[in-house]
Amino acid sequence: MTAYIIRRLWQMIPTLLGVILLVFILFNWVGGDPAYVLAGKISSAEQIENIRRQLGVDQPYYVQLWIFIKQVLTADFGASWSTNEAVSHIMATRLGPSLTVLVPLLIISTLVAIGLALGVAYVRGSLTDRAVMIVCTVGLSISILVYIIVFQYFFAYKLGWFPVQGWGDSFWQNLVVYASLPILIGLVVSIAPDLRLFRTFVLDEINQDYVRTARAKGLSENRIMWVHVLRNASIPIITHVMAQLPGLLIGAFLIERFFSIPGIGREVILAVERSDFPVIKAITVYVAVATMIFTLLADLMYKAVDPRVQLK
Amino acid sequence: MPYDKPHAVSPGLWALAWRRLRADKVAMVSLTIVAAFLLLMVLSGTGLIAKNWSKEVGVNYAPPSFVGADAETAGNAAGPTASSAGSPESEAPTELPVVDPLADALAAIRGETQKSEASGVPGADSASVDPLADVMADIRAKGSKAEAVEARAATLPFGGDKWGRDVLKKVIKGSETSIFVGLAAAVVATFLGTLFGAIAGYYGRWLDDIFNWFYSVFTAIPYLLLILAVAAVLQQKGMFTIILILGLTGWTGCFRLIRGEYLKHKGREYVQAADAIGASNARRMFVHIFPNISHVVLVQLSILVVAFIKSEVILSFLGFGVPVDVVSWGSMLNEAQNELILGKWWQLAAAGTAMALLVTAFSLFTDALRDALDPKLK
Repeated sequence: MTAYIIRRLWQMIPTLLGVILLVFILFNWVGGDPAYVLAGKISSAEQIENIRRQLGVDQPYYVQLWIFIKQVLTADFGASWSTNEAVSHIMATRLGPSLTVLVPLLIISTLVAIGLALGVAYVRGSLTDRAVMIVCTVGLSISILVYIIVFQYFFAYKLGWFPVQGWGDSFWQNLVVYASLPILIGLVVSIAPDLRLFRTFVLDEINQDYVRTARAKGLSENRIMWVHVLRNASIPIITHVMAQLPGLLIGAFLIERFFSIPGIGREVILAVERSDFPVIKAITVYVAVATMIFTLLADLMYKAVDPRVQLK
Repeated sequence: MPYDKPHAVSPGLWALAWRRLRADKVAMVSLTIVAAFLLLMVLSGTGLIAKNWSKEVGVNYAPPSFVGADAETAGNAAGPTASSAGSPESEAPTELPVVDPLADALAAIRGETQKSEASGVPGADSASVDPLADVMADIRAKGSKAEAVEARAATLPFGGDKWGRDVLKKVIKGSETSIFVGLAAAVVATFLGTLFGAIAGYYGRWLDDIFNWFYSVFTAIPYLLLILAVAAVLQQKGMFTIILILGLTGWTGCFRLIRGEYLKHKGREYVQAADAIGASNARRMFVHIFPNISHVVLVQLSILVVAFIKSEVILSFLGFGVPVDVVSWGSMLNEAQNELILGKWWQLAAAGTAMALLVTAFSLFTDALRDALDPKLK
């Protein structure tokens, strides 16, 4: 087990180097001279020369790459180009709001989707099952933008049940007042695909021999579904949920943007709009690191819930 | 003899799949819808329809009215009433076409001219005599033009936007952009994924390692974040740029599947046979193996089109997608966001519905296609 973890961590190094290289190529080479982007449209040659020296882009590429690698390792990406706020500070302060919205969203949507999936899979082929699946398919096809625009207009602007947008200082106020409508929209958007997927997971289990055995020894249908079937279906479900976890770090871009939630997702959009390269670079690299770690955790979790799995 | 009838060839994979697809009602309906959208895209792309979508044909925020003929006849007498009757939701009658304050005067002038014409004086003579003839003609021309605008405004089935452009035409034009971007990007991504997957799966060893490294790098960065990062770098906007962004970042899923297929197929007997008759590696890869896995590629392409249409809409909405002079569903939704506060819901409804219809049909068709091509899965 330990050997496995060490090997996996070791394998992350080339991938991380690849991510660094990719980001470096994108921002220092494809994107042109960062000095011009930073200096803006009106700038003298002298200013540009100054900025180039400050950023180190007057050095050869391998020196620039080394500077970037040092930045990643020391977690010091300097300051944002547009607000001069330290990038590490941006990352630290934007994480909280993102998680406030996304952790409850992920928990509620997973639980609801599991419950519904067990229900519709139990009555598979019936009118209810088909109706739910049709609603899911159509619901999936409507753009998330439409949901956000309509819900924000209707529930917040028209009915006034929720604030139209905003964010406060206290955690509970944020969670109850400001985050509830975003969470509701997130649920509408995320339950449909989850339900469709989880339903197939449950259907894979529902015809297995152990279900017949459980029924033959007289167990209640509830116990069969919620204990026997769910336990087995939870293996792929957990993998799927773990794979979604890195998404928590970048947040729901659009929801954060519409509701002015100061999270990482909104920060990314702002940074792209302002060509704020250090912020995008930092967020991309760290989210990639987090993704790799979560993938490893998912594999370990997989082993924990299913002892048959052999980690290689 | 079993070979009595040389024409009794057993149907191939595609013929069988098509037969299964034909039997599937949902598949045929969704295929029809998808085909209709594609036709719309081609017609609009070649300029046959919705060519002058950017022309301001109606009043600002003209509400949708389906009763074209009625409104047209009523348009002369009471244009505003007719159009507001057409949309019970509209809350701001002041923003609707207001009756021309000069209409009465115009009517009086027109009445007089008609009277003078009716009194027996020939029109040509009156023109030569009347010193006001030029001005009159001008006024008359203006009057008829104003009427024409009102009449046309009253027949916009999907309403008008901020500048009075026909939303129906915008939706058609937006469909062209969004579907074209989705298709083109999906072709690019599937091509890359298939090529990389074929090379990695077929040759294996160090080539496989390299492509797997690429794969792990691209999948380590969440998809939308990667797209936004590339969009931040590529400053010049354009359809080509967004196709490139989506295509270059979206090949990973296709790569993994195709690589697996090539791994599976390269050891099969028919490939060994091809080797024995001296087929080159490239020939074995693309002439012998590829037709056997092309159904996987087709399903991947179909999945990617839907995914990319959705991504394009989001990117264009955020302003990182198509340039401002090109209309797409995303840019329409962006405009609609502010219009909704004013109670102008029709552009949102039009763009949202068009997209939902196409995406629903396309996903249902993709599912049916997969079932038809690989009946074992069902």
